[in-house]
Amino acid sequence: MAFSDIVSMLWGGTGETLWMVLASTAIGYLGGLPLGVLLTITDTDGISAHPVLYKILDLIVNITRSIPFLILLILIQPFTKLVVGKSYGTTATIVPLTVAAIPFIARMVESSLKEVDKGVIEAARSMGSGKMAVILKVLIPEARISLLVGVTIALGTILGYSAMSGVVGGGGLGDIAIRYGYYRYETEIMIITVVVLVILMQLFQWAGNLLAKKLDRRRG
Amino acid sequence: MAIIEVEHLYKTYQSKTGEVQALQDINLSIEEGEIFGVIGLSGAGKSTFVRCLNLLERPNSGKVLIDGRDLLELSERELSLERRHIGMIFQHFHLLMQRSVLRNVCYPMEIRKVEKKEARQKALEYLRTVGLEDKARAYPVQLSGGQKQRVAIARALACEPRIILCDEATSALDPQTTRTILALLKEINQLYGITIVIITHEMRVVEEICTRVAVLDQGRLAEMGTVKEVFENPKTPAARRLLFTKDDDWGEADKEEVEHGIF
Ligand SMILES: Nc1ncnc2c1ncn2[C@@H]1O[C@H](COP(=O)(O)OP(=O)(O)O)[C@@H](O)[C@H]1O
Ligand SMILES: [Mg+2]
Repeated sequence: MAFSDIVSMLWGGTGETLWMVLASTAIGYLGGLPLGVLLTITDTDGISAHPVLYKILDLIVNITRSIPFLILLILIQPFTKLVVGKSYGTTATIVPLTVAAIPFIARMVESSLKEVDKGVIEAARSMGSGKMAVILKVLIPEARISLLVGVTIALGTILGYSAMSGVVGGGGLGDIAIRYGYYRYETEIMIITVVVLVILMQLFQWAGNLLAKKLDRRRG
Repeated sequence: MAIIEVEHLYKTYQSKTGEVQALQDINLSIEEGEIFGVIGLSGAGKSTFVRCLNLLERPNSGKVLIDGRDLLELSERELSLERRHIGMIFQHFHLLMQRSVLRNVCYPMEIRKVEKKEARQKALEYLRTVGLEDKARAYPVQLSGGQKQRVAIARALACEPRIILCDEATSALDPQTTRTILALLKEINQLYGITIVIITHEMRVVEEICTRVAVLDQGRLAEMGTVKEVFENPKTPAARRLLFTKDDDWGEADKEEVEHGIF
């Protein structure tokens, strides 16, 4: 295979991977953020304590999180087909990625929000804040650094999942690595692909940490 | 008419080791414009009491009347509106760490939907009142404890309150700073006629600024009267214990013990 072919293949794969990872993380937050907020406020010491609802949400999150991604990928194929019309390829992979991302993100959001000082929440309540105000003006802004670190972790995790989806023709870098490295024994291409994945992972982390540092007002 | 009236207030906590009677049959009324002290040893129920005044804690029974309105009968929405005019300051300040000083002071106005520009102007005024206008753009982490408490006071003022509740507001501060914060509270009381309720375990705080004082002992109201009456002629063992065992050491040791939760 000519060098330029390899480059263009990797370039295409990187684009596909970025598309899958960014889209499913974004949609994942659309679901995971509200779910994480709900988990935070309905827990026993939350501002809308509701033990039954918390238990139910907690269970759903735990169950979905304990299904290995590859199994999930196959399990929900009918659903994926229903949503995007086919069950393989880059865009189709966004569906299982999002389904895996939501409970994972919800858990991280929950743990970030629970780090917010209870005293600050109480002060906000003492000033007559409604629940929405507590969530939007206190919980989320005060936890923003931790939330941002969470986004970095989510991107990394979903990047890993997206590579796994190569096994079922999911597209992207993982697909290339498996097709060339595993089926055709072209180890070099596999290694280069893995290197690109590592670089992407590093980039996410670097960007996330940089932004977190820039936004954090708790350092002088 | 009294601005705050408390009638037959009871509060019981369920804990792993059983029930804790934090408040038992508390009756008292606080007049408009007073600086009212509540003193007692650690665990006497002071924080529980003050948190019942704005229903951060719901009592098991009794009445909490603000201007004659029973807070316990209000809906959640009505209660929020009522709270918007009761300021509260805390031992550990509880400022929003990711907001500038100015935006911290804007917070109460923000939730009242005061127009942004107007809120900023007013916030600057409140910061001027507490002597911190030059710190408007700073973040809480850059301030000393005393400065943080000043911001908290400015934030309380931004509630345009008729009442300010203080729960151990000076207990994390050194004696010098404590005095300046108390002086500031007194000034606010005189300037705006705001009624102030001060919860403390420190005698000196009560001596310095309170008009009347209530002594809490194991969840009960042991004694109440003018500071002079209670301090010169304590009638109950509880008041005497407070007066004679606590030797008014405003020193570091005292502060440390507070931080380690002995008091
Ligand atoms: N949330 C709670 N759960 C259980 N017990 C509590 C709780 N808050 C306070 N208490 C108990 O109620 C009593 C009064 O506490 P508190 O009002 O904090 O006293 P103070 O402020 O005078 O030190 C103490 O015995 C304390 O342990
Ligand atoms: Mg206390």
